[in-house]
Amino acid sequence: MSSREKILAAVARNQPEAVALPDLNALKDAAQLAEPADLLEKYITVLTGIGGTAYQVGSYEDITGILNVQFPEGRIVNTVTELHPHHQSHVFEDDIHSLENVELAIIKAHFAVAENGAVWVTEELMGKRVLPFICQHLVVIVPANQVVATMHKAYEQISNRSYGYGAFIAGPSKTADIEQSLVLGAHGPRSMNVFLLG
Amino acid sequence: MESKDHAALAEVFNKDEDRVSWHDETLWWIRQKRDKNVHQLPEWELLRETASQIKFNVLSNLSTYLEQFEKNATCNGIKIHWAADAKEHNDIVLGLLKEHQINRMVKSKSMLTEECGLNDYLASHGIDVIDSDLGERIVQLAGEHPSHIVLPCIHKKKGEIGDLFHKYLGTPSNVDDPQFLTETARQHLREIFLTRRAALTGVNFAIAETGEFVVCTNEGNADMGTNLAEVHIASMGIEKLIPKREHLGVFLRLLTRSATGQPITTYSSHYSKPRDGKQIHIVLVDNGRSVQLGREDFRNSLKCIRCGACMNTCPVYRRSGGHSYHTAVAGPIGSILAPNLDMRKYADLPFASTLCGSCSNVCPVKIDIHQQLYKWRQVLVKAGYAPTVKKIAMQLMAATLASPTLYHAAGKMGRATIKFAPFAVNNKLNPWYKQRDMPAPPKESFGEWYARNRAGSQEPGV
Amino acid sequence: MRVGLFIPCYVDQFYPGAAIATLQLLEKLGVEAVYPKNQTCCGQPMANSGFEHLTGGCNRLFIDNFANFDYIVAPSGSCVLHIREHLHDDKQTQLANNISQKTYELTSFLTDVLKVEHLPSRFPYRVGMHQSCHGQRGLHLSSMTELVAPAFSKPGSLLKMVKDIDLIELDRKDECCGFGGTFCVTEEAVSAKMGKDRVADHLHHGAEYITGVDMSCLMHMEGILKRQGSKVKVLHIAEILNAE
Ligand code: SF4
Repeated sequence: MSSREKILAAVARNQPEAVALPDLNALKDAAQLAEPADLLEKYITVLTGIGGTAYQVGSYEDITGILNVQFPEGRIVNTVTELHPHHQSHVFEDDIHSLENVELAIIKAHFAVAENGAVWVTEELMGKRVLPFICQHLVVIVPANQVVATMHKAYEQISNRSYGYGAFIAGPSKTADIEQSLVLGAHGPRSMNVFLLG
Repeated sequence: MESKDHAALAEVFNKDEDRVSWHDETLWWIRQKRDKNVHQLPEWELLRETASQIKFNVLSNLSTYLEQFEKNATCNGIKIHWAADAKEHNDIVLGLLKEHQINRMVKSKSMLTEECGLNDYLASHGIDVIDSDLGERIVQLAGEHPSHIVLPCIHKKKGEIGDLFHKYLGTPSNVDDPQFLTETARQHLREIFLTRRAALTGVNFAIAETGEFVVCTNEGNADMGTNLAEVHIASMGIEKLIPKREHLGVFLRLLTRSATGQPITTYSSHYSKPRDGKQIHIVLVDNGRSVQLGREDFRNSLKCIRCGACMNTCPVYRRSGGHSYHTAVAGPIGSILAPNLDMRKYADLPFASTLCGSCSNVCPVKIDIHQQLYKWRQVLVKAGYAPTVKKIAMQLMAATLASPTLYHAAGKMGRATIKFAPFAVNNKLNPWYKQRDMPAPPKESFGEWYARNRAGSQEPGV
Repeated sequence: MRVGLFIPCYVDQFYPGAAIATLQLLEKLGVEAVYPKNQTCCGQPMANSGFEHLTGGCNRLFIDNFANFDYIVAPSGSCVLHIREHLHDDKQTQLANNISQKTYELTSFLTDVLKVEHLPSRFPYRVGMHQSCHGQRGLHLSSMTELVAPAFSKPGSLLKMVKDIDLIELDRKDECCGFGGTFCVTEEAVSAKMGKDRVADHLHHGAEYITGVDMSCLMHMEGILKRQGSKVKVLHIAEILNAE
């Protein structure tokens, strides 16, 4: 018998009688009751609390203006076509290691989550999967009206869409492994800047 | 070291009391962060209850979910492997590396690979493995194992880490600034990420319905490794499955709040398909889990999502350190998982607890940890793993307490010499007296007082 | 109402004062309390050490002694929890079950059954309340810091009825003291350190007395206080509620 069959047989033999899945609605209702009135405000508070920076902007021009001041130098990889005149850089799969010198990566996110400061990004928005991790600084643009309250709402939004790879990203890369002292910029971006557009 | 039991190892740890206090306070601080965060969610207890119920459903349909997951993941282009035990898991990983002529691998945190002893196994086959989680890298440089499943080097002081970095990574001596040390590790590991063709990760959750799996980190080390490598190997225990994607909404709300008091980890990465031309392999590992599933009293330990909250809250763990549990997963959860793998070797662990119950209260999936510790004690004693001295003492006590006559006689004698209580033999060798005194013996017992003062009461005799 | 007084073995032997106070307090509140003299122990010391199978004698004895009461009350959360969770007798399952359900820890008997709202007691001292785990997390005598739930405390509400008492707030409201039955000797190093830390929290807040619902925890802390040469004393909560 292969290990596969052995394991499946042992599991089938030892698992208890079937128990039904719980209904998530009671939980979702309870979570909804506790939702803050102003999701945008909540999102900004939480993101700031976890070491991120939020900008409320009205247009792509505003974003360009801020980026020119904040990130005047270094290699920029931008996957957001609406953003001019920022560099558009296509990177070939074989060349992803060359992204190691990227100072700033600019990507879009589908939506943001108020309760934990995260944004949801899937592969096609990243350009390359490694981009939002390997850059020194990360800029994420998300429509200001796309802020959901909780992770329950987040997964309702994602629904059964298919993606090769997707990530919730909440703030800059961080560690507290040395005596619980929080340090931003463990392996990934040292800063996460979220532009809430609209 | 392996031959010492928890009590002996804890005694060694307690030789440096200031350090114990420091360890305790560091972890208590994390417990407080957890409290602060979860108290912001009025629905918290319902969230725990829901997670618990989802996990019960998983355990009761595990074989179906495993097959469903395999089918969906395979459709997504992921290759599934099955490992009955640690050895097979390690062989599968080694085989994959050999197949691709890879002899250096980067790894992100996976307690399962600790459980399987993967690093040592690969090293003995000439494969160099570098742990990329900062805490794990630190213990790896120190030649140790993680002392905590979420905070691998929580037992290390920054000065000791500075010394390690000085020795292995060339930092100036006596530099212990966490910012500086982290930056050093960042540069060192960046080089590793960029040069490794294989990356191994653990799995936090795998979704039967979609065939995807989720890996959570704060550092981004898993993603740096996998998204640059040609081969991604994900090692996962078979209990990590959850039925549907929407259930992630429940578990991702619970995991990090319980673990560190953060609302979510920085990265919650969902791997569904490999990159074009690259590979993802999942090794599904049993290693005793299907046996535990068959133990009615202990099966729900398999609900564990490895958040570490039970360790942070455990007053014993905080004051004995993770290494005193001499097993990959320490603390309360480790103490109910380990005896399943080896009763003799881990017979001491279920006794390394006061049964205070705090672990069960913080557990996000509501495992009745302290009840299982109690039940393991009964199982271990019946299976013959109690020390003989203890057995005799217990039989004597049981006989005394089952007989009012013997009890009253023993009590009288006992009060004179303070001999009655099992923990209070009047002998300087008795551990009670090392740091504590006994109460002054009263003139008479309550029973004697009662006979004098409430005469004529009509209690039933025996 | 006839109440059987269940006095745990070590209280009977080492802390008769706590038992006397329990009896007097119940009498003061108009309860007829009787102490069946052939009782010994609930069997917990064996059970928690993994020897529950040796507790049959204790179980039978307990049932024989307490079968004929409306309630059984004990000044101990830990022993009551053991009776509630583990008292059994294969020959008389129903009886054992009935008895275990009418066994109450003293403070919950006062708040839940007698519904006491006033006490004629006075205790003009600074007092720290130790939450013994079995009473708190096992019998739910008070809310627990781990849970997101409304705060309450049965022993705390009773202490608040005592005149002139000065109750302190602890940094760690419900951390275990480290007694743990045989744990206190088999894991001496950790047990003692836990006890020292618990005591330090009370001392830091200026307690003159440490009280609680379980004499076993208090005995452990008293042992540490004495060894440290401290003047701070331990008292079972019954002794404070009964103080005049
Ligand atoms: S047993 Fe519960 S608290 Fe402990 S690590 Fe597992 S999930 Fe977390």
